[in-house]
Amino acid sequence: MTGPDQIAVIRFPGTLDHESALRAAEETGARAYFAWHADTDLPPGTTAVVLPGGFSYGDHLRPGAIASRAPIMNAIRRLAGDGGPVLGICNGFQVLCEAGLLPGVLRPNRTLRFICRQAELEVGDAETRWTGGRSRGEGISIPIKHHDGAWFGDPTDGRVVLRYLGENPNGSVDQVAGIANRDGNVMGLMPHPEEACDVLLGSADGVALFQGLLAA
Amino acid sequence: MTTDAAIHRKLGLTDDEADRIVEMMGREPSEAELLMFSLMWSEHCSYKHSRPLLRAFPSTGDGVLQGPGENAGVVDVGDGWAVAFKIESHNHPSAVEPFQGAATGVGGIVRDIMAMGARPVALLNSLRFGELTSPRSRYLFTRAVEGIGHYGNCIGVPTVGGEVGFDDCYEESCLVNAMCVGLVRHDGMLRAAASGPGNALVLIGNRTGRDGIGGASILASAELDDDEDKRPSVQVGDPFTERKLMDCCLDLAARGLLVALQDLGAAGLTSAASEMAARGEVGLDIDLDLIPLREQGMSAGEILVSESQERMLAVVEPSRVAALVEVCTHWQLDATVIGTVTDTGSFVARMGGRVEADIPAAFLTDDAPVYGVPLVAAPAPVAIDLASLPEPTDLAAAWRSLLARPNIASKRSVYEQYDQLVGAGTLRRPGSAGAAVVRIPGTGRALAITTDGAERHCQLDPRGGGASVVFEAARNLACTGARPLAITNCLNFANPEKGSTGWRLAEVIAGMSEACTALGIPVVSGNVSLYNESVTRAIHPTPVVGMVGLVDETATVGIGFQEDGDVIIHVGSPAARLDASEWLGDARGAPPRPDIPVETATVRALLQATGLGLVRSAHDISAGGFGVALAESAIAGYLGAHVEVDGGRRADEALFGEGGGRALLTCRPRDCRDVLDAIEANGTVATVIGTVTGDRLQIRVGETNIELALADAREAWSNGLDRSWAP
Repeated sequence: MTGPDQIAVIRFPGTLDHESALRAAEETGARAYFAWHADTDLPPGTTAVVLPGGFSYGDHLRPGAIASRAPIMNAIRRLAGDGGPVLGICNGFQVLCEAGLLPGVLRPNRTLRFICRQAELEVGDAETRWTGGRSRGEGISIPIKHHDGAWFGDPTDGRVVLRYLGENPNGSVDQVAGIANRDGNVMGLMPHPEEACDVLLGSADGVALFQGLLAA
Repeated sequence: MTTDAAIHRKLGLTDDEADRIVEMMGREPSEAELLMFSLMWSEHCSYKHSRPLLRAFPSTGDGVLQGPGENAGVVDVGDGWAVAFKIESHNHPSAVEPFQGAATGVGGIVRDIMAMGARPVALLNSLRFGELTSPRSRYLFTRAVEGIGHYGNCIGVPTVGGEVGFDDCYEESCLVNAMCVGLVRHDGMLRAAASGPGNALVLIGNRTGRDGIGGASILASAELDDDEDKRPSVQVGDPFTERKLMDCCLDLAARGLLVALQDLGAAGLTSAASEMAARGEVGLDIDLDLIPLREQGMSAGEILVSESQERMLAVVEPSRVAALVEVCTHWQLDATVIGTVTDTGSFVARMGGRVEADIPAAFLTDDAPVYGVPLVAAPAPVAIDLASLPEPTDLAAAWRSLLARPNIASKRSVYEQYDQLVGAGTLRRPGSAGAAVVRIPGTGRALAITTDGAERHCQLDPRGGGASVVFEAARNLACTGARPLAITNCLNFANPEKGSTGWRLAEVIAGMSEACTALGIPVVSGNVSLYNESVTRAIHPTPVVGMVGLVDETATVGIGFQEDGDVIIHVGSPAARLDASEWLGDARGAPPRPDIPVETATVRALLQATGLGLVRSAHDISAGGFGVALAESAIAGYLGAHVEVDGGRRADEALFGEGGGRALLTCRPRDCRDVLDAIEANGTVATVIGTVTGDRLQIRVGETNIELALADAREAWSNGLDRSWAP
């Protein structure tokens, strides 16, 4: 791909992490801007998309279910079909699964409680663009905060990029914390890399996920 | 006498108050008007029993941009930024329906911050329940925590700190206090004073229904006896709409479309509109037929006092109404012009062309009755005869059991249910430092925030207890490296008309004021919750202090030990006592009264020490005493300690005694002299007591050696809360 990297951060009603996701996207050196759920097209020149975390539509029906049918989703589907990078974080991951862009579904945590803590992850597939050249088994520390984060599905339907190390906080299949499609350009994860882009916040390991949005 | 005594009494008004209304109005009030008076003259809205006492608080200072009287206090934090904050109770609704009660408590305080034009950036809370051996208290505790989490998580404001305590006195009157902190540019501050006759009144947000009718008078201003009957008076929260409301109000403020903004809380439209009118010395003319309703057949009175959540009232210039509605539509919110600002000074409400209410706004607000409370002093506390307390034979086992008590043990299972991080500005998370720390974007500085209480102390010696709460909060900030700026407070008390409660209220306020004055910290906002009392129990006086300070974002100090070999310094005099301590587990004895000059100097000493950049960990010594502070620093840092302390009168008192304004610091050995000098320069005692080392906690107290494996301490402290209520 030629031309500058331009990252659209999608806002649905109830999206919460858009501002931190925008800052993290900008810090990669790319241009970043918000795109509104009700639009049918991404802003011209958009090369990559972030679906940030939050409670789109107040989690009504099922987390991500209503957002996955928003007008902007068709434009995201086209960009993903052309090989463009798409990153879904937490609620964004739920939206991508509901939209069929990623395999599986996110079920309520095993404890049936919201859980917010630092999560230690390991790279499960080192061949995607999302882990900054880390090798398989290498550790990444990123916080989680979710109520419906237990990924359920067949891991062979995609590429398990990140797994929980040690105790599985939500009961996901195969310790899945983040999974990409087979082509590797669409990635969803429950942990929040936008809150791990600064050592003062506890970790800067999340930067790798945002760098994955850039053209190789 | 009014003609229908039964109605006003049912509404919570006294016969005298009903007579006074007739006298002021010069006629019998309509049904709607009587309902409006009953809400606005309730304790919850009018502070009629506490207002005269609250004047004692120091409320001015250099940085104060807005003191008490608005929706929240506002203090300058430099670079054109200001911090808006307030704490508020939602005790009574939470006792009836803990999930929605706690959730809407969060929603209400967030809207107070929004009304100042500020962006909410942090939530904290202060909770009290009965002992967890009580099934009802477990239910209230778990559901209130879930409600706080549900609402805060869904609106995208991080819950960064708080405190939880358990005592039988809260068995029938739990406390749920929520604090919100917001950031606003000086030139973006909004006020809630209506102005400009001819301007439009616009109601933004949710539709109006029958929820929460009479919440402020029925629930919040009387003792609770039969909970079930009052359930319909509890509001239901909708955090998704609150988030849209937040985005929308910030958008409206940024576009300069608002003259004034006010949230609809207790007493709904009546309170919001009359307060806006009274503050601006104008009148308001409202057409109730224009208000979007959720249910049919609502009476004028019901519409006027409904406490339906997620609503804001804006004053807008007529030429800007169309632009405002467009912004609200973008955020998928209703915005409806419901009336106009007038120059009459009266609050007029019409329905079906008929005037349902016509009351001078000041009658509802400034002219509400004020009552003195009986100031009956409680007997002076009597110190516990130490000889009457059995000395534990196994001090290590006692230490371990203290670490596992619900009031001391880790609250991780609570705060993990809260999103502590949203916004990517949380520099110190719950449990990692004396205070939570949240970044002020683009300034290199951060806010440090803490909530604290000391109810057992306040029960026995309210003046000393009031001062000690303020000093504890200040030490928590100073230990984090933050300079205290100002406080907000929530005064949770029993029925002030009974026994010594009124006197305790006055004494607590006096003690808090003494401490604030000595520290130079103003009280910029607050809330009073009275009648936390049932037939069987009255709560201890529970003033909760929410303190906000400033710290460089790279200079925050945590509680955890950092490195093997670091020196441990005890700050303050070891004058601790077991009276009213957590180890004693009861409000008995005479807790040491804070020595105001000594405690003030200790705060300054801690600030000077942490300001050197050489202090590697700092922990305030409060509940559970020295032993608990040492163990918590060790647990947080995954490092043990070897220390030697003076035995005092008895080893258990030296280990677990409380009081005296103390803290534990660590630093590298080579920096020790500089740190000691900084503390001693303030006339504060500092003693090197040992070193950070290994994986055991070893204390020599006088002639006694006590030893606890760090793993055992961690196990007890980590699981204490959950285990205490396992069957």
